[in-house]
Amino acid sequence: MSTQIPEQETETETETDAEQESSQTRRVSAERTRAGMDQRAEDELSDADETVELKVFRYDPEVEGKKEPRFDSFEVPFTKGMTVLDALIFARDHFDSSLTFRHSCRQAICGSDALFVNGSQRLGCKTQMADLEWPVRVEPLPHAEVVKDLVVDMEHFYDQMESVEPYFQTEELPSGELDEQRQDRANREEIKMSTRCIWCGACMSSCNVAAGDNEYLGPAAINKAYRFAMDDREGEDMTEHRLNIIEQEHGVWRCQTQFSCTEVCPKDIPLTEHIQELKREAVKSNLKFW
Amino acid sequence: MHEHDVVVVGAGGAGLRAAIAAQEEGADVAMVTKLHPVRSHTGAAEGGINAALRDGDDWELHAYDTMKGSDYLGDAPAIETLAQDAPEEVIQLEHWGMPFSREDDGRVSQRPFGGLSFPRTTYAGAETGHHLLHTMYEQVVKRGIQVYDEFYVSQLAVTDHDEPEERECHGVVAYDIKSGEVVGFRATGGVVLATGGDGQVFEHTTNAVANTGDGPAMAYRAGAPVEDMEFVQFHPTTLPSTGVLISEGVRGEGGILYNGEGERFMFERGYANNAGELASRDVVSRAELTEINEGRGIDEEYVELDMRHLGEERITDRLENIIHLAEDFEGVDPLKEPMPVKPGQHYHMGGIETDENGETCVDGLYAAGECACASVHGSNRLGGNALPELIVFGARAGRHAAGTDLGTAEVPVGPSARSETEDGLETPVNPGALGVDDDVAADGALVEPSEVVEHAVETERTRIEGMLERDGINHAEIREDLQRAMTEYVNVFRTEEGLKKALETIRECRERYQDVAVSDPSRTFNTDLIHTVETGNLIDVAETITLGALARTEFRGAHWRKEHQERKDESWLKHTMIAWNGGSPELYYKPVVLEGENKEYEPKVRSY
Ligand SMILES: Cc1cc2nc3c(=O)[nH]c(=O)nc-3n(C[C@H](O)[C@H](O)[C@H](O)COP(=O)(O)OP(=O)(O)OC[C@H]3O[C@@H](n4cnc5c(N)ncnc54)[C@H](O)[C@@H]3O)c2cc1C
Ligand code: SF4
Ligand code: FES
Repeated sequence: MSTQIPEQETETETETDAEQESSQTRRVSAERTRAGMDQRAEDELSDADETVELKVFRYDPEVEGKKEPRFDSFEVPFTKGMTVLDALIFARDHFDSSLTFRHSCRQAICGSDALFVNGSQRLGCKTQMADLEWPVRVEPLPHAEVVKDLVVDMEHFYDQMESVEPYFQTEELPSGELDEQRQDRANREEIKMSTRCIWCGACMSSCNVAAGDNEYLGPAAINKAYRFAMDDREGEDMTEHRLNIIEQEHGVWRCQTQFSCTEVCPKDIPLTEHIQELKREAVKSNLKFW
Repeated sequence: MHEHDVVVVGAGGAGLRAAIAAQEEGADVAMVTKLHPVRSHTGAAEGGINAALRDGDDWELHAYDTMKGSDYLGDAPAIETLAQDAPEEVIQLEHWGMPFSREDDGRVSQRPFGGLSFPRTTYAGAETGHHLLHTMYEQVVKRGIQVYDEFYVSQLAVTDHDEPEERECHGVVAYDIKSGEVVGFRATGGVVLATGGDGQVFEHTTNAVANTGDGPAMAYRAGAPVEDMEFVQFHPTTLPSTGVLISEGVRGEGGILYNGEGERFMFERGYANNAGELASRDVVSRAELTEINEGRGIDEEYVELDMRHLGEERITDRLENIIHLAEDFEGVDPLKEPMPVKPGQHYHMGGIETDENGETCVDGLYAAGECACASVHGSNRLGGNALPELIVFGARAGRHAAGTDLGTAEVPVGPSARSETEDGLETPVNPGALGVDDDVAADGALVEPSEVVEHAVETERTRIEGMLERDGINHAEIREDLQRAMTEYVNVFRTEEGLKKALETIRECRERYQDVAVSDPSRTFNTDLIHTVETGNLIDVAETITLGALARTEFRGAHWRKEHQERKDESWLKHTMIAWNGGSPELYYKPVVLEGENKEYEPKVRSY
């Protein structure tokens, strides 16, 4: 049975003898641990009716043998309902505990595990292995700096999200004790989809424009602006202000309506439509002042 | 070393609210969190937030329902604080722009929820937690509060006075996940723990992978007692293959439970003749498992929840995300067929002992949210009562840590509140530390705050180096065995024999954990290391849950004991407390406070 690991991960580069010695132990330890894990994995694999191969991108800037990106193969037992995330967890817990990826909720709400699966951006936890072509190839999100294995640096994405004043702002609030602002159902409905964003970054990673223009706000940030601009509770002056933000040089007008973001969004947010609608709103409001 | 007035550990609902509150009081606040704030598990909450907002409802009714739901194990001052502060807090969220669902007149919608005498569960579609989390994170961005995200807090910096009540917390030690650096955070005002749930103690849970009870484990080892740990809520409607939760909102809107024989068993088998499917969670969970154990389940594993009769329009309007959850995680279209459901671990009522201001007995150490026990939920939490807990006690803890006077708390904390010591508990193995415990940060008489933090940083560095360097076993095996034992023996149904077996397995896990090693040698994003530290915390949490469960020889709320089938108010109207006590855990009790602001709550039979 081929449970992977074309190359053993090797120890960190060492300079002194003492360090040499300790990393030696470390390597031995890694092997021993893996032997223990293999036993459990072997049992589960032999019980399985079917197995599936995962090809996973590996990279670690510090670890010899992983400094050069490579793919590792893992054979995992396939079970009904298994997601890409389940398969990754199996591989990590049974074959190689250094396999690194973000995940937490397992239910498509924390937005941690947007990955590049068989060539498209998807949430690992929301993608059924049964729906994919096998072997399944898992890579980190394109157009982002890889930190290690499947983990990418999200800072740039967060910066863009935070650059659109992503918080509710209004001039007047009802004065009575425990009085809420009124909002009609239709308006709540209008912003509903836009409020579903989980900051996973899949859209940004799929966007050609964002790939070419690092300063482009990107679909998620524009959608965030939409969420507030369309919310009647903020009032008209605020809407004006918001339209100014998204009309900037690297804002809505960059979008070339390729729909790639809309296609990959795991929350089914009609991103391109929202961007188009903001363009129309911006034109309308410019005409008003003309 | 970083220095701030208030350091908030965790950035879910409770942590975010605490940070905003502290900042509003003028404090310099830092949030230190292992996940980016929007990744916190508060985002998974679906159903809603209880708050008495409307005519015909008032805080006293909310308090009464909560006390009754708690099976008289909640403390009245904490419960009343929750009920009194919730309306203002919920309206505050609305003023911060939270997209609540709306009525025709434009006001926020409320719906009925289990155990409530008034439909006071305020909601935002079936994604209330997601909106609450994002709305508050937006406020954190607006205020420019500093967030250290992907920083794993692994230890508290606490002085080592013999008596926990004399100790002071001066900060925390964190591991920067991206760079691998161990850094100290000094807090001049206070540390607020808001680390959320610990469902990973069990195999089948609605909780996230990151819910590993780090807060309770760290606070416990630093001397703050944990309270009522045996009370774990199992949610009756989780999807069998993943543990993903199907909100109580489905039953609130009229969803019906059927067994394998097509019976509406909640009524037909007499589990809850009045409330039926809307009886409290422990009642419904046990009913389901009884049906399954007695052979009336489906595939010997689950029962079914049907909402088709509500009609597509109503379902899409109010419960749309349920359709997606059932499809994506169970492959079932709930508009066409019933959903398979079974009980799963969901919420931990027990946690770090605090008063109604969020303060523990250790000076400068606060806790809020699911990791804390104030105690509002007692032996059983009502649906929709955790989210208000986050914002009410998060805000109070934040304010208090920032130096605001909130008046003297009425809930007593610390070992001095003890009314009786448990010394007759027979355990098959000794609980607690193996050998000498070195976990309290400052050995020797360190009192100077930055030295206490420095010392804790050094201890932690050594511990982490040790795990990276040494030879040994992988934590994943230990975690798996621990989760299995907890699921088998410390579940909805508990027996003396089973609980003792669980304690033995936990002890074995602890012994094996001494030889745990991290095989990933990298300093960069070493999740192997993080998970290994988390597994250590799970062991401590599992042990306190099981000890409490063994000690409490009665049936109350979520805690069911085979040999003890009734609630025993004469002997058990008291909180189970466990103090780490330098590594030899000590079990004792403190009385429940039933004296409220205007009335004394009378324990009544809890029937629905
Ligand atoms: C599926 C589901 C549905 C629910 N639905 C409802 C509902 O409808 N109504 C209701 O009232 N309640 C509901 N609950 C309960 C409620 O959502 C939770 O109790 C609550 O959200 C917990 O919030 P928290 O802020 O305490 O923790 P969390 O939101 O879990 O946040 C914990 C934070 O702590 C951080 N953290 C943890 N450990 C460390 C560490 N060692 N170092 C640094 N940071 C750390 C994490 O990064 C995270 O930011 C639900 C729970 C679940 C699981
Ligand atoms: S818009 Fe969709 S794809 Fe983009 S970050 Fe939000 S949820 Fe992810
Ligand atoms: S694990 Fe949270 S979105 Fe996939």
